[in-house]
Amino acid sequence: MEAVSKYLLDKFLYTVDRDPELVERYRSDPEGTVAWWEAEMANRILSCHSGERSTWLAFSDDERRALREHDHVTLFEMGAHPFLTLTLFIAMFERDHGPLEYQRAYGAMMKHLTLPYPDITT
Amino acid sequence: MATVCAVIASTHHPFYLRASTATGADRPPFADEWMEKILRFRETLTRAKPDVLVMVGSDHFHQLWLDNMPQFLVGKAPFFDANYYNEEREFGLPRMTLRGDEGLAAHILRNGLDKNFDLAFSNELRIDHSITCPIITLRPEADLPIVPIYTNIFAPPMPQPRRFVELGRAIRELVESWPSDLRVAIIGTGHLSLELGGPRQFGPHGPDPDFDRRAVEWIATSNIDGCLAEVTLDSLHAPGNATHGFMDFMLMMGAAGENVTADHVDTLDLFHTMEAYFTWYPQGSGL
Repeated sequence: MEAVSKYLLDKFLYTVDRDPELVERYRSDPEGTVAWWEAEMANRILSCHSGERSTWLAFSDDERRALREHDHVTLFEMGAHPFLTLTLFIAMFERDHGPLEYQRAYGAMMKHLTLPYPDITT
Repeated sequence: MATVCAVIASTHHPFYLRASTATGADRPPFADEWMEKILRFRETLTRAKPDVLVMVGSDHFHQLWLDNMPQFLVGKAPFFDANYYNEEREFGLPRMTLRGDEGLAAHILRNGLDKNFDLAFSNELRIDHSITCPIITLRPEADLPIVPIYTNIFAPPMPQPRRFVELGRAIRELVESWPSDLRVAIIGTGHLSLELGGPRQFGPHGPDPDFDRRAVEWIATSNIDGCLAEVTLDSLHAPGNATHGFMDFMLMMGAAGENVTADHVDTLDLFHTMEAYFTWYPQGSGL
């Protein structure tokens, strides 16, 4: 696996989760949303006035693939913040399942993971 | 000087509002017992007759983000809007607006800085469920001014557990040195063992019932030394990947005072996490 930019993965999850329109776009068109986000949003400095941008933020191929494939297990293994991933994925997919069914299946897909979990420090 | 009329520590469970207001087939089987426990807990604040609430909690990546992350932050503003779209979406939490007490916030900031806590501040802070959950459980009228204090239990690197205890002690001293006749309750919320987004989430109990049992004992007796001897930033990964929220309970142990037994202790074993409620009445509170 290439070097991981946990901060940028977290930034994607954070900005998408907090925008209802983006949650729906990412659910229905993950590939298009990830491409658009990386081009338009990845370098936006969120706490600055609009117009100020960074110049250096980009996903690795593995990160882009994990986001395009809605692969929450790989995101966890890469050290993306689990609260951000869980919150966004519940928003996208809980509606397709019975009460708590999605949350339990989400955990069950990670049963092979043991302590210590991947470091989430950014 | 101001009177600390109560020190209150609690878990903050965002599903309480939905569970307690659900009816018919939607009402979970544990809702009645949970409500009874909350009403008893609420009474411990009501009888303290507070005028102002200092509210310790933690932003869940709402207003505070990784491009500018404070470790400890005091909200100083005349009003605090509350709850976010994703909390409305997932937990059904309502939008709220709480009044702020700028005088107490200014006192905590100035004198906290002079006690060597490099506190960040915010003059426009939208607070989230770590503070609105205890408003909903303890003071649903939402009628008292607050001073929100946010801690970072969420985004490593975080301060050491000892620092949370020290800040709790300092907050107690700062409130007691506030030149005011008002009665102040210090309320803080955290977690016992908790897993979010990992393999142990949403189990039949919290991810580590043994940790929860020991944690409740530490808090109920405010056994700070015993707790600090076992709890480190590393050790908190073992009970569950979101268990660093326990450090806000440690902060509240600092506020309650070393080895001071709580006057009210209650727990509720739920799926996913254990709920825990503690109230201390300091000397001078009249209770």
